[in-house]
Amino acid sequence: MVALDGNSIGGLLLEVFGTDMTAAQTICATCGAAAPVAETVVYLRVPGTVVRCRTCGSVLMIIAQIRGMSCVDLSGMSALDTGQGG
Amino acid sequence: MATAAVRGRLIWQTATVTSVTTETDAVRTIGLDVPDWPGHQAGQHLDVRLTAEDGYTAERSYSIATAAGEPVAITVERLDDGEVSPYLTEELRAGDQLELRGPIGGWFVWDTSDGGPLLLVAGGSGIVPLRAILRHRQRTGSDVPARLLYSSRTLADVIYHSELDQCRDGVEVSYTLTRSQPPGWTGYSGRADAALLGKIAWPAGQHPLTFVCGPTSFVEAVAGSLVALGYPAGRVKTERFGGT
Amino acid sequence: MSPPVSRGFRHFRRPAAGEQDRVPPGQYVAKGFPVLSAGPTPHTPLPEWTFSIRRAGETLKAWTWDEFQALPAQDVTVDIHCVTRWTKLDTMWRGVPVDTLLGQVEHDAPYVLAFSDGGYTTNLPVQDVTSGQAWVAFGYDGQPLAAEHGGPARLLVPHLYFWKSAKWVRGLELLDHNQPGFWENYGYHIYGDPWRQQRYAGD
Repeated sequence: MVALDGNSIGGLLLEVFGTDMTAAQTICATCGAAAPVAETVVYLRVPGTVVRCRTCGSVLMIIAQIRGMSCVDLSGMSALDTGQGG
Repeated sequence: MATAAVRGRLIWQTATVTSVTTETDAVRTIGLDVPDWPGHQAGQHLDVRLTAEDGYTAERSYSIATAAGEPVAITVERLDDGEVSPYLTEELRAGDQLELRGPIGGWFVWDTSDGGPLLLVAGGSGIVPLRAILRHRQRTGSDVPARLLYSSRTLADVIYHSELDQCRDGVEVSYTLTRSQPPGWTGYSGRADAALLGKIAWPAGQHPLTFVCGPTSFVEAVAGSLVALGYPAGRVKTERFGGT
Repeated sequence: MSPPVSRGFRHFRRPAAGEQDRVPPGQYVAKGFPVLSAGPTPHTPLPEWTFSIRRAGETLKAWTWDEFQALPAQDVTVDIHCVTRWTKLDTMWRGVPVDTLLGQVEHDAPYVLAFSDGGYTTNLPVQDVTSGQAWVAFGYDGQPLAAEHGGPARLLVPHLYFWKSAKWVRGLELLDHNQPGFWENYGYHIYGDPWRQQRYAGD
């Protein structure tokens, strides 16, 4: 399957976080690389969504949509900064 | 960082299709009347959700083809093995309803205050958000210089051809055809590789702002070539389109 | 408020008469063979490929690709069911039964964790990968298994949801306790029986 980028989960993250997250800066907990969510590597509908660091390939985030809930695991990031003070 | 489970907010809304326009054999522009549309920026997209009678649903994202302030429209390319695009391009008609969510995107967007000079590089249907950017530039009377390199398989695959041919006032449009060229073709041939980009792209010293959109392999090859030309990665924004 | 039905939209189809008892509840019959992966396709060169059975950090038995190819293999035709709701009928595979592999080690472990190139894991009871219910498959539809579908070899456990059929499998870790693998950790069902629609934890 062809990987996409974080633009493709903009809508999903909008639902989860209530705001656009594609411009939010992530810091990879494995290699420390900083990147906007838009530039991460995304695998969709795998069954869940897997978001990986473009620099080292480690998993940054997993989103599993289960019974109408979005279960989000951000443990692959050491920071997720919307730059809006929140 | 933490794990959390969140019930999705209700942000899907129902739009009515106002028009379905043929752009090329495989491509349609779908005009939409969205009752509570908050407005959008050039470069943003929206998500479409289809529901079959038996409850099966499929969701896909499509770039908005119009500038801020214009009615919402998306341009969709029919993929032969697609699940959603054949429906949108062959079955959908004016008057039908379409469930959608948007506008989406805060990174791959351009407004006049972002400046330039602009370099826009499109592969196939990747032209859609870049056309929205050019329309926005024109509607606002911006004088930011812009160059577009648009890669298509054949001349018949070029979307918005006559509109792009009419660009002037600081916009330079270049086409490259990768599979076949018509007799007398004066545009480029072959892939948007480092050599072609080197001819078209602004010198890195002018600090251009770049938007690259198209299939993943296209975007990655182009982004790599631009970085090799001295473009800082932070000023090259990318949007990858997938398959079905 | 239910979403509007999209007039005329259909793609995957509901089971036809005669297929109904082969298609689990909530599933649709797929035309193609969708490719779904949680990461980039690994490309382990065959001379470096091994399949191992491990326990408590020790390798009990391992096969190189050539040794693996020398094992007796079976051609099987099975229906497969993905948790994303597509079912594919009559898929043809060639592979080594897991019975053959586990039969070469002495163990009394009740569970296994299949592990793959790229870090993917999935857990299964030993009794679900034995008694002719599972294979390490290296052929699909008469051809070598394509990398995008898990080649050179993947686990094939057709009676469970297909996320249990780990692509790019490199071995089985024998376990005393049922330990959730990749998707099981993120809320997918620990067992995954499509006939009981065990998609998510708690189903």
